[in-house]
Formats: sequence, C-alpha cells, structure tokens
Amino acid sequence: MKPYAWSLAFAFILVGPLLGALLAGVDRRLTARMQSRKGPPILQPIYDVLKLFEKDTLVVTQLQTLYLWGFLFFMVIAGFILFLGSDLLLSLFALTVSGIFLCLAAYATNSPYSNIGSSRELMLMMAYEPMLIMVPLGFFLVTGSFRVSDIIAGSPWQVLQLLGILVGFLFVLTIKLRKSPFDLSSSHHGHQELVQGMTTDLSGSDLAIVEIGHWYENVILLGWLYLFFAPWGPWIALPISFVLFFAEVLVDNTNARLKWSSTLKASWLMTGVFGVTNLLLLPVIS
Amino acid sequence: MYLISFLLLFSLLAGLAIAAAPSVGVQARRIRFSVGALALASVVLALLHAHSGPEFYALSEGLAHVLDWLFMLGGLGLAVLLLYFCRRIKGYEWYIPALIVVQTGLMLYAELSSEHPRVEHAFYVDSFSVLMALIIAIVGGLICVHAIRYMHDYHAHAAGQHEAGDLDRSQQRPERSRSLFFFMLFLFLAAMFGIVFANNLLWLFFFWEVTTLCSFWLISYSRTDEAIRNGFRALGFNLIGGVSFAAAIVWLTHGPGLRTWELDQLVAGGSALALIPAVLIAVAGLSKSAQMPFSSWLLGAMVAPTPVSALLHSSTMVKAGVFILIKLSPVFHDTFAGLLLSLIGGLTFLVTSLVAVNQRNAKLVLAYSTIANLGLIVMCAGVGTAATMWAAILLILFHAVAKALLFLAVGTTEHLIGSRDIEDMEGLVYRRPAIAAMLLVGMLGMFLAPFGMLLGKYTCFQAFLSMDVMWGDGVLLAVILAFGSAPTLFFWSKWMGKLVAMPRHAQPSEVPIPRDEAIALVALTLLTYVACALFPLADTAFVIPYTDFLASLGLIPASNLAMPWETITLMSLMLAGLFLMPLAFWLRPPHFTEVSGYLSGANVDGSASYRGAMGVERVVESRGYYLSGFIREGTMVRVGLFGCGSLMLVMLMGAVL
Amino acid sequence: MSFLKKSPWVLHYAATSCNGCDIELLACLTPLYDVERFGIVNTGNPKHADIFLVTGSVNEESRKVVENLYAQMPDPKVVVAIGACALSGGIFRDAYNVYGGIDQVIPVDVYVPGCAARPESIIDGIVRSLDILEQRAKERKRQRKMVAL
Repeated sequence: MKPYAWSLAFAFILVGPLLGALLAGVDRRLTARMQSRKGPPILQPIYDVLKLFEKDTLVVTQLQTLYLWGFLFFMVIAGFILFLGSDLLLSLFALTVSGIFLCLAAYATNSPYSNIGSSRELMLMMAYEPMLIMVPLGFFLVTGSFRVSDIIAGSPWQVLQLLGILVGFLFVLTIKLRKSPFDLSSSHHGHQELVQGMTTDLSGSDLAIVEIGHWYENVILLGWLYLFFAPWGPWIALPISFVLFFAEVLVDNTNARLKWSSTLKASWLMTGVFGVTNLLLLPVIS
Repeated sequence: MYLISFLLLFSLLAGLAIAAAPSVGVQARRIRFSVGALALASVVLALLHAHSGPEFYALSEGLAHVLDWLFMLGGLGLAVLLLYFCRRIKGYEWYIPALIVVQTGLMLYAELSSEHPRVEHAFYVDSFSVLMALIIAIVGGLICVHAIRYMHDYHAHAAGQHEAGDLDRSQQRPERSRSLFFFMLFLFLAAMFGIVFANNLLWLFFFWEVTTLCSFWLISYSRTDEAIRNGFRALGFNLIGGVSFAAAIVWLTHGPGLRTWELDQLVAGGSALALIPAVLIAVAGLSKSAQMPFSSWLLGAMVAPTPVSALLHSSTMVKAGVFILIKLSPVFHDTFAGLLLSLIGGLTFLVTSLVAVNQRNAKLVLAYSTIANLGLIVMCAGVGTAATMWAAILLILFHAVAKALLFLAVGTTEHLIGSRDIEDMEGLVYRRPAIAAMLLVGMLGMFLAPFGMLLGKYTCFQAFLSMDVMWGDGVLLAVILAFGSAPTLFFWSKWMGKLVAMPRHAQPSEVPIPRDEAIALVALTLLTYVACALFPLADTAFVIPYTDFLASLGLIPASNLAMPWETITLMSLMLAGLFLMPLAFWLRPPHFTEVSGYLSGANVDGSASYRGAMGVERVVESRGYYLSGFIREGTMVRVGLFGCGSLMLVMLMGAVL
Repeated sequence: MSFLKKSPWVLHYAATSCNGCDIELLACLTPLYDVERFGIVNTGNPKHADIFLVTGSVNEESRKVVENLYAQMPDPKVVVAIGACALSGGIFRDAYNVYGGIDQVIPVDVYVPGCAARPESIIDGIVRSLDILEQRAKERKRQRKMVAL
C-alpha cells in the first residue's frame, strides 16, 4: 500500500464532504438555470448544513440518532475503501449497509410518511443493487481483480468492453442519487405527497448528518463513474465523469416520477439487457 | 477416536438418561449437564484437530464385523419402525411405505452380496467434520437448553387450548411425550455426529436415516392432523433421497466402475469414476437440505415447536444435506453435473428469496431464508473449487449460528408477545430491548457486512467468475446471486424496520425472559459476534487445512485463499464500529427534545392518532410492503419446482448416460 | 454571523385562506422573483423549517393544526403572518367561526399586510424576519451555554 493511496483515502474523509457539497451546489444551480432562474450560491448546501447545526434537534426517539451515526460511519468507510484503492465489492457492501441504516433511522420515527419513504427506499435498493453488483463483476472479468488500484491501472479499452455496464450504471445512478424519475423515497421538494419521505422526522443536527452523508455519497458515486475512464488518466477521465454526473441533473428536470413497480421493472430490465448481456459477451469482446 | 465415540455414545446415553429422569427438575439438570459435556468434548476435539489434516481410524476385524451386523439390524429395525408409523398414512401417501420397502430392499441387496468391497477405515476426523461437530454440539446443545423452558410453556399453553376443545394428543401423556421429545433431540445430535464422522457409507446411510426418523417424529410432535401430514411429507421427501442414496450404494457394490464403501475413496475417485454415485447421493443431499423441488417439507416443519424448527434449520438435518454435498464437491468440479447442481441451488436461492418478501409470518420468513441460504451453499458445492468450498463451509458456520439465534429469538418473542406476525413486532426495541437486540444481531449476521454471510457471498462472486465449464456459466451463477441478494436485503431490512419503529403507544410488559431461554439466546448472540470477529481463526484452523488437503491429493486445483490483511482490517474496523457506536451512544446519549411524529399537523394523541375528516379521531396505522401483487408466491414456487425438478432429472440422466 | 440568515427554510400553511395570498406566496418561487437566490426553500415540513408563513384567519378547524405545526418546529423559529386575514381576521373577523388573526393562537413576529399580499411585500416580510431569527439564534446559543454550565 503506497503512502499516496493512504493520503487519498484520508483526503476523502476530510475534503470529500466539501467536494460533495460543491457537487450538490452546482446541481442546484444547474437546475435553477434550466428553469431560467438565477439559483442559490454554489456554497448554499454548506450554508444549509451549518445552519442545521445552529438549530435545535427535535427527535421522535433518541435512538434515531444512533442509526444515523451508523449511516454516516459506513458511508465514510465505503468511500475510504474506494479511495484507498482497495476492494470495490467491499466498498459496495459498506455502501449498502449505510443505506440500510438510513432506512432504519426513518423507520424508527414511525410516522406514516417516513415509513412509506423508507419502504420505497428499500424497494429502490432492491432495484439498483443487482446492477451495482454487475459493475465490480464487469471490472473483475476485464482486469481479473476487484481492487480499485488494479482497475485504474487497467486497459484503456475497458470502457468500451464495459459499455453496456456503463449504460446500466448510469441508469441506476439516477436512482442512487434520488433524482427524478426515481425520487420516490425522498422528494427533493418537500411540499409533495411524501413530505421528503425518509427525512420527514429528522431535524437539526440529525438532518445535517443525512446531508453530509449524501455529500460523501456524491463523491463515492462520482468515483465509481471515474473508474470506467480511469485508465485514460485524470485529465481526460475527470471531465468525462463530471459531464456524465451532471447529465443526471438534466434527466432529473425533464422527467416525471415513476411508480415503484415501474421503477423496479425498468431497472431490472436494464440490468438484464445491458449488464448481464455485457457480462456474457465479455469473452467475445476481449 | 475415543472422542468421536464419546460424542456419539454420550449423546445417545444422555438421551436415554434424560428420558428416564424421574422429575422435570432432574431432567432439566441432566440436559444442562449433557449439553455442557458435549460442548466441552467438541471443543477438546477441535483443539486437538485444528490445523491438522484428516485422520482415518480402522476398527479391529471382530469389532467391525459386529458393528456391521448391528448397523444392518439397526437399519432393518428402523425400516420396521417407520412402517409401523405408516399405519396412520392416508390413501395418497401410499408411496411412503413403498419407498421404505424399496430402500430397505436395495440396502439388503448391497449388504448381503457375496463379494462386497471391504471397509478399511470406518471413521475419520478432518477439520471440516470437526467444525461441523462444534456446530452440532454447541448450537444444537444450546437449542436443547432453550427447549427446556420452551417445552414447559408449550405444554402449559397447549393444555389451555386442550380445555378449549383443541385436540392435541401429545397432551394426553405430557410427561411421557416430553421425555421422548428430549430423547429424540439427543438421538438427532448423535445421528448428526455419526454423519460427520462416518467414513463407511453404509453406516453413514444408517445415521442419515435416523435423522429422517427423528425429524418425522419431531415434526408430528403435536399430533394434530396438520402436524402428522407435514411429518409424513418430510418423511416421504427424505425417503426419495434415501432411495437415491441406497441406489448409489448398490452402484458402488455391483456397478461397473468404482467399487468401494468408503467415503474418502469415493471422493478420491474424482469425476471420471465417481460421478454417477455422487450424483445419486447429491439427490439425497438435495432432499435433506430442502432444495427445490423438495423444499416444501421444511416449510411444513414449521408446525413443530420452535426448538425443533431451530434444530432442523440451523445445526442439524439440512446441514447434513449440504455437508455431504460439500464432501462430494471435488467430484463435481468442472463437470456438467456440477453446473446443474449449482443451477438447482441458484434457482432455489432466487425463487425462495423473492417469495420470502411475501411472508408476514416470521417463522416462514426464516424458513424461506434458510432454503435460500442452503441454495447458496449448494451453488458453491456444485462448482467445487477451493474458493467455493471455503465459502460454503463458512456459510454453514455463520448460517448455523445466526439462524439458530433467530429461530429461538422468534420463539421466545412469540411466547412473550403472543404472535409471530412481523407486524405485531412493531417497536420491539422499546418493548423488549434485549430480545430485539438479539434479533437485530441475528439479522445483521444473516445479510450485512461486515458479518460472515457477506464474506461468503463475496468469495462466491470471485469463485463463480473464475470457473470454466461452459461459456457464460460463471456469469450466470453470479447474476443469479446478484439478483437473489436484492430481495434478501429487502425482506430483512423491512423486518428490522418494524423492530426499531417507535411504538405509538407505550406498551409496558414485565414478564422476564425465562432463564434457560436467556442463556441460549445470549450465548448464540455472542457466538454470532465472535464467529465474525474471529473468523480468520476459524478460517486457518478448520477450512484451509481441509481444502489444502484436497488440493494436495490433486482433487481440486490448489489456490491461495488467504484474505488480504487489508480486507480483514477493514472488516474488523466495521465490526468494531458496529460495537462501539451503540456503546458510545449508551455512555453519552445525546439529549434531544422529543416531539411527536409528523402527521400534517393533525396530531391528536402524540403520534398515535390524528383528526380526520369531520373532526373524527382516527388511529394511525401503517404496514410494511409485501409486494404480493408484484411477486406471486404460487407462480414463483411453481416455476421453481418445475425448473429445479427438470434440472435434477437432466442431472441424473446426464450422469447415467 | 448566523447561517440562519443565509439559509432560511420556510413552512407555508394556509389556515383558512381564500388562496389569494397562497398564490402570491408561491409566485415568490417562480423565476421572476426566485427566492432560492437567498437560499429560501419551501420545505413543507415543520421539522425542517425556520420560518412559519401562515395565510388566512384561524378557525376551529385550523387552530389545532397551527399549534401542532408550531410546536413541531425546532428553535430558533419565527412566524410571519401574511395577508389581512392572517393579521386580524380581515373581512371574516366578525364571522361566528373565526377566532381572528394568527396571533390569537401563536406569537407572530412579522405582519405582512395586503389583500392579497404582494410577492414583493412577502419577500420583504421574510427578510425582516431574518433579523429576528438571528437575534433568536444568539439567544438560543446563550441559553445552551447556560445549560451546559
């Protein structure tokens, strides 16, 4: 393990949320521009979270905070593993645990809104999980390893070999980022039928933890996207992944919300058509 | 050798002594003592045999001869006993006595043949069977301890129902049937020890049939019509496997190829020589481990008292099935039959994981998840590389501990709150913190990082992608695993969500958990945790020596299984976090103001009710998602049965042709 | 400086409003006014909100709801009453079922007049409430310190 990898991993812990907050800020700004508004400052997400720490925290049950710690802890671990250049599949598992802790926090508050929100979130997890697993599997078949450091050092053709997987991943990325048409578990705009679903009964520092967790998640997902193009070097790979990442904002603002059953069907279909076919064809392509 | 015979004979004698106990108190003491002795013996055995390769034991000529006759007579006696039980069968169950007769006939044909193969080593010990013995003795023993109090309550409860007119015929002589019940539990453990240590296939088969008998008796324990029918179903399905096993033995006696009655010789025969008998025995393994198309017997077994379900699901019975499959796994390596076996396991895993989402009954969720996890183990066994065997053995370990914990915890919960419906467990964390914490640990152990099951899945992915029987086989298996894991995640988390939900009304309850049940539960909770924390130890002590030995015989390709230290560090970090966070929370809890949950501002009584239209007060209710319109249980099960059935037929025909 | 001023999240509740003020309030979110420029977000959830915007007068049906929503908002918080009805009950003040303005039920910090209130004046009311919010935040901080000591 090189010191470089360690410093990257620790940099993720420290700088990751800032980068994630900027991504969220740019996201809001882009959304505003698409609606011909001026939009908030880029640093707005950071202001929001700092404000939340100034507020009192009201809880339905004290235990909800514990589950949120779990959410944040495993999110940080997932990113740490990824940026350490370690095992991609392990990172995915940690990411899953983190998601489940968030659902537990929402379930704990037991209001009908957060109940439906977390049930829907679990359904979304069921929808995207197979495709997310396909990604490390694809990398394994191409590079012979689950290790991120090996994937980065892989062949420059890997993105072409894994094109189907990339398409499938971009599809579930929309779900993972909770963007329309898949924002069924926690709508960004509170004045909707779900009243922000999972986060309905979280406030103050609890809500801040969720936001920070989402910032980390943004960076982790951006990292996953980067891996596809990584062998081309950061100067080419980074801009491509940024463009693809923000393409999700485009999708977000041009789609109406789907029902959970359509979401589940659509994403499993995409996983089958793009992910599985790609995996089966890999021996032929390479 | 002495330790093996101790484990075998002691559990048998303990069973007798317990059955003969004059009073309930003495019985309980004897059970605790025997369980302690068994656990101690298995630990000593583990200490002696950890890190080492297998040892084979030959018996003296005379003793072997006597035992041969004894086992043969025992087999006949078993058949007669089963036929006697068959007096209660209904018309459509005619096939059960027929199967008994066919099976016994086949066995006699093999045993009485003039020139049968000679058995040199009747027993053996290797690190895998030591691990199994540990599981049987400790997990099985804890289940017996849990049963002491459970059966007391069970009879008290059933007596109440009896007065209300429900016919439970075990009530007519509760003392006697209770004694017999514990005898059967210990007989079951003895038979399991026999299965994991016997090298002589005929003897192994005898023990195999004893577990069938015990499971039949224990499932029909309550003597209600439903219990008896389900017992017969279990018996019938296991007998199909038994006939298949007997056919394998006939083949090994009279067949054209390999002639041996020794398990190690059979495995050493490799896929070229031993495939046909191995496939026949695999069918027996599939029926015992309740894989589709045989799965329904395990679901029917839910009518039995909870300790029986726990025993069948975690440490015995189904584990015997996968044990034999893993033993035969080197034979399946790189064969088409092995691939088909994996597909049977895979299809079972996928279908039962999806169907489990539909279930509201906690025990049924557990049952489907057991079948699913066994499917995963069968998938591994069919591939037959060092990595998959490694994964399969660890899956057995983690599944046994976590599933026993879950079953017993659900049983205790049922006694405490009077329901096994998941919806009724809402807010258990607040109503029953201790039992809820145990359930949560069990569930985390079943499917989440950093607990062991996930390690198994991780290795499976790696191993599947490295296999090479035909084009796309590994990808297919990995995809099945990926799609099957997603619903697993859903139904466990949904249940966990119910447990952690803040109850809308305070529901105080003072009944404490009975002591024996508490001992078993706490011990299993610790085991789940410790098995995870110390898994590298279990890995080097029990799993690696076993796979290394097989590799040194050239039966499976050698490979380096050592987990990178970095992965282990990260896993330990996660595990530590999972332990330290609640601790920190408990030591320094944040003090936030509590308010009612959001109900659009219409709250009336906290979060419990709201003001609806026309000013009417309505109670808040919300239920989990069961997706019964999306995943149709009937259709899914039919697909599974048909798919697995045809795969099995193809496997059998393929091997014979 | 308090970050509350940079990110005020509002909760909007129409007590018995005729929806005139509500439409004007929502107009503030449109591209023409775009209050998100100032970080203002309409959360629709009391537990996330800092500013409670109420339109319409209070009657028996809405009284409990206003109280509940106010109680579920975490401190520091402010209340802005928007429109003539919310101020005093407006033309409905003499109706048998109307209690009157919002301040009959919960303490109101800023009154925005108008029937209906214009978007400009609503924004002005929110901006004025920010100073009060900052004041409260300081007080709250001091209180927390006292408790900690």
